[in-house]
Amino acid sequence: MAAVQTRSERALHRLAIAAVLVITLLFLAPIYWITSTAFKPRNLATTIPPTVIFEPEISPFVKLFTKRSQLRTAPAPEVYAAAPWWERLVFDGGEKVVRSGRGEVQLSGYPNRFMNSLIVAITSTVLAVGMGTFTAYGFSRFRVKGEADLLFFILSTRMLPPVVVAIPMFLMYRAVGLNDTHWGLIILYTAFNLSFSVWLMKGFIDEIPKEYEEAALVDGYTRLEAFFKIVLPEAATGIAATAVFCFITAWNEYAFALIMTNRRAQTAPPFIPSQVGSGLPDWTVIAAGTFLFLLPVAIFTFLLRNHLLRGMSFGAIRK
Amino acid sequence: MTQIELRNIEKRFGAVQVIKNLNLAIADNEFIVLLGQSGCGKTTTLRAIAGLETIDEGDVLIDGQPVQHMKASARDIAFVFQSFSLYPHMTVFENIAFPLRATRGNRSEIEREVQAVAKTLQITHLLSKRPSALSGGDMQRVAIGRALVRRPKAMLMDEPIGALDAKLREEMRAEIKRLHIKQGSTTIYVTHDQVEAMSLADRIVVMHEGVLQQVGTPHEVYAHPSNMFVAQFVGSPVMNMAEVTVSEAAQHAQVLLRGAPTAFNLPSTLTAQLAAAGAENGNLTLGIRPEGVLVSREPREGFVTAEAHIIEPLGSHDIIDLQLGDQMLRARTKSGFVQRPGVAVWARLNPAQAHFFKSSTGASFGIRL
Repeated sequence: MAAVQTRSERALHRLAIAAVLVITLLFLAPIYWITSTAFKPRNLATTIPPTVIFEPEISPFVKLFTKRSQLRTAPAPEVYAAAPWWERLVFDGGEKVVRSGRGEVQLSGYPNRFMNSLIVAITSTVLAVGMGTFTAYGFSRFRVKGEADLLFFILSTRMLPPVVVAIPMFLMYRAVGLNDTHWGLIILYTAFNLSFSVWLMKGFIDEIPKEYEEAALVDGYTRLEAFFKIVLPEAATGIAATAVFCFITAWNEYAFALIMTNRRAQTAPPFIPSQVGSGLPDWTVIAAGTFLFLLPVAIFTFLLRNHLLRGMSFGAIRK
Repeated sequence: MTQIELRNIEKRFGAVQVIKNLNLAIADNEFIVLLGQSGCGKTTTLRAIAGLETIDEGDVLIDGQPVQHMKASARDIAFVFQSFSLYPHMTVFENIAFPLRATRGNRSEIEREVQAVAKTLQITHLLSKRPSALSGGDMQRVAIGRALVRRPKAMLMDEPIGALDAKLREEMRAEIKRLHIKQGSTTIYVTHDQVEAMSLADRIVVMHEGVLQQVGTPHEVYAHPSNMFVAQFVGSPVMNMAEVTVSEAAQHAQVLLRGAPTAFNLPSTLTAQLAAAGAENGNLTLGIRPEGVLVSREPREGFVTAEAHIIEPLGSHDIIDLQLGDQMLRARTKSGFVQRPGVAVWARLNPAQAHFFKSSTGASFGIRL
């Protein structure tokens, strides 16, 4: 469907497209930078001007996943000969680093932190979206006393920058022993996301005609069955959109993760920058860590992209 | 075999009373139409029977059993919504099978039942489609199929064809009637369209502001409305209403419409009947349908002179506004009977179609001439 356009409108249209392209490139540039650095040999990572064409390597990832320490000289030939293939990749780069200790493979802190991130983000997203959906359904379908006040109260938990309460939260967590635990972070992130999830889901559920459930009710289903068989499938779009937002928030959260965790439950965001400070920073390793950190959100969002697009414009158009 | 009975139903939404002391008994296999304007409580009544709405007082009985405390799912009643309310994420087949799956029948049985219903409604070719791919009429057929498939005790329909266009509405009306004759289940149907009510109902229940106005066959409701509201709500074009004074003359009762220069003659028994019913001048309204106003092009014995004001040609007949002084009467004539507005015509009232109401309450005196 192409509406009639005058010449000036066409010119304007082209200009708009050009602007969109420029903005897109600007947004993509840091992602390109990180991605390319993650595959660069170490000596090309900090060249000025930046090296654009190079032979990609996976040695940054090897270094990322294993514990190693710096040597004064290049490794001895017998060490080189005894090393596995991925170890040699690191030596081939001309680096004077070896696996720590007596040569056994030791995992670095990264995989553990990455797993922590996954556990915390996925669990808190499931909790926030699940509880949010039930709460929103209640507000949407039943007459709740003081509904407006309650909803405002739920929203008001978002009105303060979360970091403001970091110190009291830290003290409370220490008192109840939630410091540096997965559940500590999960509870925290669920609480952040819950108000957002309730409000978003209420909008989506309000859009689902009440008659759908009423039809199921007279057809012999209980309200809970009607909820699972009718409301949930109809709200799938909204749930997907809400889940993406909640997941991104929990995945990216830095401040609380830094304060509340240090070893057992530390997530990736505070871990990656902590590597910058230890000795001479190896930017390729940091870039490799960041690159892997970007992937889950990218994959998650990509999988749900159709739902997300519909979710964003949900309610904007009446069918 | 399903009888439904409503006893002293009361329902309030906050301060608004939407159903006031409603009593109604519905016989087995009967097609009942609840008729009224929007907000008259007809849909609330239907939803109360289905169990989608609680009632504040009274009893809903299905086959003699009080069900007002039973959940909707336990009442074994089917409901067809105006919005059809087909589940968009299911195919037509799954939509129709949905009520059967609630009772967990086996797979082949469900398949057979759905096919049978689809065949009755001639929608077999649509079974694999999604509701979004259907036309309005087909959506309604599927919605009715979903209601029929369970063989419920009763079918409740809330303006099921209100969302369709005029031509399709007529088609579906005939189809619903045919289906009811064939399947024969107790049906309660809600509409604001009096034509739908007249054409479908075994009995019509007219409601106004939460109060039941009249229950009767379409003919009874049309020919003998119990009050001014029913008289004006049922029938199109609407019944003429005018304040009148009745006086006795030699062989006639003379009925003078307020603002009209001359009186109409009606049979002399009228005065006695009015007196017996306790009617008095000054609190008396005459109602007469347009087809009860007889028009002549020449002066005739017992006819009153009038001026043709506006003519609405409707093809099969014309509706003419007759001006009698300050009073206006609508009459129905053969098409083209009166050539043009402004000409003089003569009119008489058909006594058999004259209704008399108490102006203050609107109640009919029940006089038949």
